[in-house]
Formats: sequence, C-alpha cells, structure tokens
Amino acid sequence: MASTIFRNFQAHPFLLCPTTALFGRRSRVLYCTMRNPESQTATREKQQPQIKVSPHTQNNRLDKFSKDYDAVIGIETHVQLSTLTKAFCSCPYDYGSPPNTNVCPICMGLPGALPVLNSKVIEFAVKLGLALNCKLSLDSKFDRKQYFYPDLPKGYQISQFDVPIASGGYIDLDLPVEFGGGHRRFGITRVHMEEDAGKLLHSENGSYSQEIALPLHFAVDLNRAGVPLLEIVSEPEMRTGIEAAEYAAELQRLVRYLGVSNGNMQEGSLRCDVNVSVRPLGQLQFGTKVEIKNLNSFSSVSRAIDFEISRQVQLLSQGQGDRILQETRQWEEGAQKTVTMRKKEGLADYRYFPEPDLPAVSLREDVLFLANDIYVANFFDATIAKGADVKLATNWIMSDIAAFMKNEKLAISEVKLTPQELAELIACIKGGTISGKIGKQILFELLAKGGTVKGLIKEKDLVQIVDPVEIEKMVDKVLAENPKQLEQYRSGKTKLQGYFAGQIMKVSKGKANPGLLNKILLEKLNANS
Amino acid sequence: MLSTLQTPRSLSRFPLHFPSKSFLLHTSTKSLSSEPVTFASLTDQSIPTTTTLPPQSQILTIRHSLISRQVTATELVQSYLNRLRITEPQLKSFLHVSDTVLREAHELDKKINNNEEVGPLAGVLVGVKDNICTADMPSTGGSRILEGYRPAFDATAVRKIKELGGIVVGKTNLDEFGMGSTTESSAFQVTANPWDVSRVPGGSSGGSAAAVSARQCVVSLGSDTGGSVRQPASFCGVVGLKPTYGRVSRFGLMAYASSLDVIGCFGSSVADAGILLHAISGHDRLDATTSKQDVPDFASQLVSTNSSESKPLKGLRVGLIRETVDNGVDTGVISTIRAAASHLEELGCFVTEVTLPSFSLGLPAYYIIASSESSSNLSRYDGVRYGNQAVTDDLNSLYGDSRANGFGSEVKMRVLMGTYALSAGYYDAYYKRAQQVRTIIRDSFKAALDQNDILISPASPSPAYKIGEKKNDPLAMYAGDIMTVNVNLAGLPALVIPCGFVEGGPAGLPVGLQMISAAYDEGKLLKVGHIFEQTLENYKFVPPLIADDIITSK
Ligand SMILES: [Zn+2]
Repeated sequence: MASTIFRNFQAHPFLLCPTTALFGRRSRVLYCTMRNPESQTATREKQQPQIKVSPHTQNNRLDKFSKDYDAVIGIETHVQLSTLTKAFCSCPYDYGSPPNTNVCPICMGLPGALPVLNSKVIEFAVKLGLALNCKLSLDSKFDRKQYFYPDLPKGYQISQFDVPIASGGYIDLDLPVEFGGGHRRFGITRVHMEEDAGKLLHSENGSYSQEIALPLHFAVDLNRAGVPLLEIVSEPEMRTGIEAAEYAAELQRLVRYLGVSNGNMQEGSLRCDVNVSVRPLGQLQFGTKVEIKNLNSFSSVSRAIDFEISRQVQLLSQGQGDRILQETRQWEEGAQKTVTMRKKEGLADYRYFPEPDLPAVSLREDVLFLANDIYVANFFDATIAKGADVKLATNWIMSDIAAFMKNEKLAISEVKLTPQELAELIACIKGGTISGKIGKQILFELLAKGGTVKGLIKEKDLVQIVDPVEIEKMVDKVLAENPKQLEQYRSGKTKLQGYFAGQIMKVSKGKANPGLLNKILLEKLNANS
Repeated sequence: MLSTLQTPRSLSRFPLHFPSKSFLLHTSTKSLSSEPVTFASLTDQSIPTTTTLPPQSQILTIRHSLISRQVTATELVQSYLNRLRITEPQLKSFLHVSDTVLREAHELDKKINNNEEVGPLAGVLVGVKDNICTADMPSTGGSRILEGYRPAFDATAVRKIKELGGIVVGKTNLDEFGMGSTTESSAFQVTANPWDVSRVPGGSSGGSAAAVSARQCVVSLGSDTGGSVRQPASFCGVVGLKPTYGRVSRFGLMAYASSLDVIGCFGSSVADAGILLHAISGHDRLDATTSKQDVPDFASQLVSTNSSESKPLKGLRVGLIRETVDNGVDTGVISTIRAAASHLEELGCFVTEVTLPSFSLGLPAYYIIASSESSSNLSRYDGVRYGNQAVTDDLNSLYGDSRANGFGSEVKMRVLMGTYALSAGYYDAYYKRAQQVRTIIRDSFKAALDQNDILISPASPSPAYKIGEKKNDPLAMYAGDIMTVNVNLAGLPALVIPCGFVEGGPAGLPVGLQMISAAYDEGKLLKVGHIFEQTLENYKFVPPLIADDIITSK
C-alpha cells in the first residue's frame, strides 16, 4: 500500500515531493537518496542484556565526595513495539528501509486522514503493564501532545496524558554480584502508549540537532512516524549508574521475553532518557534535574550517569551548585562526557487535550482475555483454587505463559504445566525458596516437559541458599583463597567488594541469596580492618 | 414506491433546460421500464400555474430518464454544464470544475447502450465542498495554504458516490477550512446567493448550497461543524441534512473540529438528500468514530402523500424550541416558522413549545471547543510536507511565515483563540468547562426528545444578509449560529427544509425550518420533511436567477 501511494504522490506535481520533505532555501530538489547510516553499522545486541562496565572504572574523585551526596535517578524508557503495522495506519515498519517508503496519508498527516488504533498496541501495553505489576486503567484514552517540529507530521503526537494505560507498578531485579549484588525493587510510575515521530536526516552541509534553529538543509524521513511506543516512566529511585543500567537491562529482557519489542538499543527500539539530580546527604528536597539523552547502550547509560553525578557533585562541593542547570545534556560516547544539548526555558506547554479522532480505550475486552478463552479461564481458576496469589497468577498466565503458548502455537490444554504446579511455583517464589529468575527457568521446563516444581528444584539443586552459616562458609573460603585482593581491599581499594561477591556467587553456583551474601561479605571484609 | 414519481401537475418545477428533449418531464408512477409519458400528455393535465408542484427527486427522475432512454447522460450533463457556465460568473459557487464530466457521461451512455448495470447515482452530478478530498481534483479547503494541493485519495463519502455512479462536477467554495457563516472568508472568491446576488449564500458550505439552489448540480456534499450545511440551506432555499455524528465517515474531510464535524447533504428535495445520505453513510474502517448502526434505505421509506389521508402525521409530537423564536430573531423568520408549525398541526402533529434552558450556553461552548480543536487540527499546515512553503532562513520563520501567509484572518483568529483556551492554566476554565456544558446540552436535548418525536426551530435567526454586512463584526456573525451549534454539540441529526419566504431581494428570501431528532433517526426526519414539502402549497423554491431558464424550457 505504501509503495502505491508513494508512486501516486510522485505523479502529483502539486505535492511538495512528499517522498522526502526537505527544507531548502534555494534548493527545493528534495529527494533524499541517502542511506540511513545506522542501517549499515547496526549490529544486533546479544540476546541477553549484558552490561560491559568494569566495576573499577569509576573515578576516585567521585568516591571522595560521593559519600556526602545522594544521587537521584529516574528513567523514561521508550520501547518500540514490534507490531506488524504502525499504531494508527496499516504501514509496516522495517528498520533500515529507504527513507519515506513506509508511509501513507495517515502517518504523513495529510489533510483528511484519520488515525485508527491497531488493537495489538493495547494488547502489548497490557502485557507489559501486568509484567511490571502495574494497575491497569480499564477506561483509558488518547490525548494530543502538541508542538511543532519537522519530524512530527500532524503538529501533535498522539499520546496519553492524564490516564495512562498502566501505572503504579514495580520491577524487581538482582544486581550482578560483581557490582555489589543485592535485590532491588524500583517503582514504575506509569506506562503509556504513544506514537513515534519521524527522523531528521543529516545533509551534507548541515548537522542536525534537536535545537529548533535547524540548518535549512535537512530532510525528514517519516518511516518511523506513527510506530507504536510504550513509554515507561520509573520512580526516581535509582542511586547509581549501575542500578539504572540494570533497570534498563531488566526492561529489555522483559520486553523481549513478552515478545512486545526487539528491545534493540542501537536501532532505537529501546531508548532511555535519564534524569539525574544530586543533593547533599540528608536533604529532602531534590537537586536540579538534568536530562541525559543519546544513550545507545546499557554501558553508556551507566557511564553517562556516573559522569553526570560526578560532574554535579564536583560543582556542588565547590559551591557552584548554581551552575547546575535544568537542561538536556547529550552523552558523547567518544569524549565520555555529557554536554549541553538544549536549555529548558520554563515548562513547555503541550496543550494536551483528548484525541477526538479516537474512541476511548476500554480494556474490559483485553483484560477479559482470561475469561474469553474458556480453557485459559479454567486453568486460571484451577490455579487460584490451589491457593495461588490472584495477581501473581494473572501475571504469569497473561505474560509468560501466554507468550510461550503464542511462540509455540500451543493451546493451554497442550502445555505440560498443570495449575497445581503453577500454584506451587508461585508459592516457592513468594516463600523465597527460589528466586524469581530461577522461577522463570523452571517455568519453561514445566511448560515444555512437565514435571513438578519440587522435583525440578531438587533435581537441579536450585534451592536458594538462605542459610547464613552456609553462606558464611563460602565467604570465608573465598577470602582465604584471595589474600592479596583482601589486603588491597583493606588498604582502600573497596571496589574489590564486587570481585569477592562474584567469586562467592560462583562457588554457590548462583544460588546464594544476593542480599545475605553481600551483608555477610561486608561484615567480614570490614571486620579486622 | 416513491411518491416523488407521481405525475407532475405543472411544468414550472422542471429545472432543466433541454432544447431538444424535455426528458425530465417524464415521470411515471409505473415501473421504470414503462412507456415514457410524453410531453403532450403532461401539458394536457397541467393545472393552473398558481399552484406549484412539490419538489421532485431529481435523482430518481434522472435515473428513470436515462434508463428509459429519454435522454442521454451526455445531454443531461451538457445541460447542467451550460447552466453552470451561464450562472457561475455571478454566483462563483465553484473553485474548480471537473474537465472529465462529459467523458464520464459518455462512458455512462456506452454502458446504458450495452444494457450494463448502472449504479443508483448514475448520471447524478454531485458538487463536493472543497474541504472534502478528491483524488483527481485540487482540494484546497478554501485556503491559500493548500492552493493547488491535490490529495492522493478520495474521501470515503466521495469514493462511495463514485462507486454508485455519481459524477463529481466540481469543488465548491467555502469559508476557509469551514470557518465562517458567509463563505466570504474563502481565500479565493466570494459566492453569491442565487436569490439575491448582493447577499451571502451562508456558510461555510455556501458554494454547495448555492450550486444546488441554482441547479448547477443535482445534489452536493457539505460539511457541518456548527451549522455549515443547515444555515446555507436556509439562506439558499434548498434542503440541507446534517447527519448524526458517526453516521458518515469523516475520512478525507479536512478536519476543523473533529468532535463536531460531519459531512452533510444538499438537495432540491428531501428525497434527494435522503438518497445521498444513504449513499455515503455507514461504518468506515478508516474512521474510528463512525458507527456500526444499520443504515436504512431512507428513500424507500418515504411514503406517498395521499390526498385521501388528511392527517398523514397524526400523533407526531413536535416541540418548537421556545428560545429559538424569541428576542433577537427576525420577526419575519419567527412568523414563517410559526406558520410552518401550523402546517405541521394541519398534518396531524401535536405541536407544543419546549424550553431548552441550556440553549444559550451552546454558542460560547461551541466556539471554545471548535476553536480549540481547530488550533490542533490546523497544526499540520506547516508548509513542511505539502502546500505553500515560505522561503525563510530558519525553522521558526518557516513555520511562522508559511502559516502567516497561508491562513486568512478568520482562521488565524480561531487558531489563536483555541491555542489560548488549551493553554496551561486556562484548560480547566475553558475547554473542560465547555465540555461540561456540552454534556448538559446533550442531556437537555435527550429530555426534550423523550417528550417529543422531533424538535423544530429556525435554521438561522435571519434570512440571507448582504455581502460585507457582518464582515467586520465577527460576534454578530457568530451569534447567527445560535440555532445550529447546539445540535452539533449533542451530535444529533437535523434536517433543514425551505418553508417560506420573508421580504428581501427581487423575489423574497427563503427561510428554512430546522427539524431535530434523536441520534440515528434521520429516517424520521426525512419522512416528516418529505410530507411537509409535498404538502406545502404556494411556494416555489427556484431562485429568480434561473427562473427564466426554467420558463424558457417550457
Ligand atoms: Zn502509514
């Protein structure tokens, strides 16, 4: 369809060459043949998120001051949904297609065109919302967020303002032991649906920036315009770059697992904007918030935040706190620093109002997925009857089990998992016998091969080690085997804690409770110093 | 069978001028394949010219004439084009006239000669308001910013008309993007009222109303956001139908105020408006706000008025909205509407006055909602992807200059008002409050329509006024929308039919009666309207501009 329209457009001389809208003062020859540079360089990230940050890279200057300051970090993540078509039209979105080939009157914002919601967007939003333990808004709606920018064809973005589809959730994660380990729960403020904007393309004689004072020679590629996004806003609860990066990595794992997005950061399918502020320890009021963009990997998330914290701490400690401005900064990968991108001039007024072209979003039908499929409903009921927590059972069935059924093209009656075992699994995680991560491993075994939770835990020896005495033995063993590192630690190289934790976790075959492990390790490390 | 096929009683109603054949005189109550009635047989039974014939369905007459081969599509089309050519210099109803009309008629003749099926709108010339997209013609919305713009697609309503055999004769003039009540704020030309060319045709669908009034086309499409079909229908003495919000797809209609906009129909008879509505109605997968409600065959439900039945509307409860025949309304208009109410009583209706206490709240609520939505909808006209682009040094000036040069003053005023109303700190006081008023208005209509089958009112507080008269007094012009905006806020259907005249111009100025029903009850409006027009005696709604033309045809 897109290509037909594309040809139609070309046939009409009155249209200002919509194949690529380009500003040109003198030149109105606008067709852009440029290949998207990213399409040539993009490499797929490994399937499992990995954060390639050495725990030893943080600089000492930060260490010196950081104990007097407290960093507050919140993340806005945009996840591009892997629906077959865009959010409001039937165009496909293929990353790397030539500019303006995946477009139609609707996503180009032509006069008279109207949006029609792709119901998959809601389905994906519900899945992610539930997986993030959010409360769903059964009656939600779309709003228009209004601003002028060349990559925004309608002059407004269809988004959600005051009634996001999901809100008030959290994400649980275990920090890798080499970064100190430990369990973390970060609040999710909201998840809302919106459409992506197009892209500005570089031209030979002008670089592109988000500044409104654009050079006049640039082109707009609208392939991405109208692609569905979920924006996930975290509570400002992270304290370090590592925590933020782990949060993002967990989100990536989740969206891939649910099958709602490929989560590829380099292609921009998962984009993190980070807000960082720093305040003296004990101060309740937040410091001035700085937003960081252009973070293309988890390691850049981590490093950019740590750089920004140290920059702000340094300014504060030198009494130059007033030089911390509310602004958007860009992470420069080459220079390994953040630089000013644009200053915020007061609050932007987006003049939100309810989108009149789209009916209100009622989730009743989507949530009734459980009730609609009578077999799934029976399975759910049976699981609850075995004493499983209702909310957890909903989450497991709606997200992981539904995703498995979809991927394997199985009906609920064909999976090997029984309601009895699902209830058992939920109880084991809730009771701390196994971690959530291991629970998911077991789930897939159960779905594919059957068996019992207890049997698998025993067979694979997966029970989490929560006995402090047992952990203490492992700690002692590792400390004894690494006297040189222990000496370095005690002479001030405290970063080595991560190293020890990693060794201990290895010894425990990944089963040690990370919280306990770190607590005992710290006690031992600091005991005789 | 449609009563509109009844044997005509007079020749004076026939609008078409055919030097060789008077094909439109051939109407018959018999089946379409029956022997054509000859000119002679009609003249024989003509009755004194003081009595005029009720409006006929031009669409059915054309179909009959084409299929019975009394006239060719080419001849038919030629006659309309001739009249269009003659009247257009004075009226200026069209911004663009199609150059393929004759070719399409020729194709149709070939089909008819080959005995191929032809659609129900075959040979029907349709005028399309220029804010409705047509793939093969310019579509400017009456705005300089879209000068020369040709859409890549047909609006759903246009597509349906074409699929049923209708021929789009051209694009009609309008107030820029539908913002106005006189068609004077078109960026390109001012359209004149066929009843008095020194007066406005109303607006914003003034071109579509004038074109049907002057028989430049058979029927036309308009759009109605706050009365833009009904008020010009009243000013030009034609039938105007505003459907229920959601009945007709808005896909391809350049959005003014999305929650209020509907595509509506003009015709010279109620039957034609109903046939056109039937053609364009229905759920559209390209417009999420369209309804899945069934679309009845409106025209087939129009009952024949039988002289033996003296009270064809017996028992129908009609509420005359008191606030619409009150202070500030032209006395001639009030007396015409009261006479129409009496006529309904004579037909058996039970007419009472009803009050809609929230009536006066409609106007300010309407202008806030409409201007707010328009400020958003018109953001896309930025000169970036299509339309006129300013030549500038930087992006801000590109936006600023393209819009400053491209938009007219009425559009700028509404965009500014809407931007203001949606701004942080004002949203609750204006937009949100206007939406609350809207709910109140909807509820009060519902209460009134629980008590009554239909509500009636004037379509405008005055007849057509002089060109330029209100140009510098926007508030006076806005006040003229008082009769119609409430209906849009409530999303209800309304039908305007000419019901009488007041003094003015060379032959008097027509006055329209507005009838309002519950949502999706257009069928009821059309039934009542049809009986009303068939029984309204002594009025002839053919404007003086073309009266000579029609007399000549005798
Ligand atoms: Zn598209």
